[in-house]
Amino acid sequence: MKRALACLMLLSTMMISPLVQAKEAALMAADPVLEKRVMALAYELRCLVCQNQSLGDSHSDFAIDLRSEMREQMSQGKSDEQVIEFMVQRYGDFIRFRPPVKSTTLLLWFGPLLLLMIGALVLFFSLKARKRTVKTTPLNDEERKRAEALLDDK
Amino acid sequence: MVRYLKYLAPLAVFLVMVWFLGRGLYLNPQEVPSPLVDKPAPVFSVEDLHHPGQQFNSEQMKGQVWILNVWASWCRACRDEHPLFVELGRQNFVPIVGLNYKDQRGDALQWLRALGDPYVASAYDVDGKVGMDFGVYGVPETYVIDRDGIIRYKHIGPVTAHSLETKVVSLVKELQK
Repeated sequence: MKRALACLMLLSTMMISPLVQAKEAALMAADPVLEKRVMALAYELRCLVCQNQSLGDSHSDFAIDLRSEMREQMSQGKSDEQVIEFMVQRYGDFIRFRPPVKSTTLLLWFGPLLLLMIGALVLFFSLKARKRTVKTTPLNDEERKRAEALLDDK
Repeated sequence: MVRYLKYLAPLAVFLVMVWFLGRGLYLNPQEVPSPLVDKPAPVFSVEDLHHPGQQFNSEQMKGQVWILNVWASWCRACRDEHPLFVELGRQNFVPIVGLNYKDQRGDALQWLRALGDPYVASAYDVDGKVGMDFGVYGVPETYVIDRDGIIRYKHIGPVTAHSLETKVVSLVKELQK
């Protein structure tokens, strides 16, 4: 039953998605070099509707619209930076998978390093404290003999 | 005291982590802070939904506090929030402009006939270009725009009676003073 349902779902998406993508496919074919640039940039930007996908991966209407906007702007001669600027102005830094380093993102960028440093400090001081508490006392003669006797037994 | 610190420090770290993770549960990941808040609203001119051939220009709203509500007839959540806007429209103290986003004119007009039309004007954003300038990524969305045309608040997703009252209406009244 489950399998039948899965097959049905797969079949229906196979039937529907080409129709949805047909319009975009026609545009894509026009200029393969431009298309490559569009897609390269699209993979750098987050699809805000389906947040764990990039604009390049997603088949949502939102992603299709933004890709066609990018295509249009690039064909007008806009640079990658200008297109990113256009997106960031509207959707914020969140749309970029690689947020720029600035005051609000410092913790995001350097937080892991900070944690590593705190960890290293904790390790350093606890090892130092251990050295003070754990005393190494050499064996006296009697203990040494006992230890040798035990080892020789084997 | 120092002896207890050894045991208390991991507990403190644990509690801080619980606080962060617990807070994360109550955040809505769909709510991305808009860079447009406190910036001038994009000026747009598109066809009027009710009057094909006529333009709606957002410049005509300058000088008054107004609400922009982005909706579409295909949007389920818009149907949920719509009665609240119909009620707000009836109170008649703030103009609400509808931005009909990527819709069919016939569907949209029928939707308004069936559910009520609280909008002083309806802009017909058929290709979603205006929506893109506003950074719309999930309808419905609601904006409060002040007399100078600055976006003062953006609400993503359907408003509830509570959020409309506390976030939108109270801000509008504040701005109208």
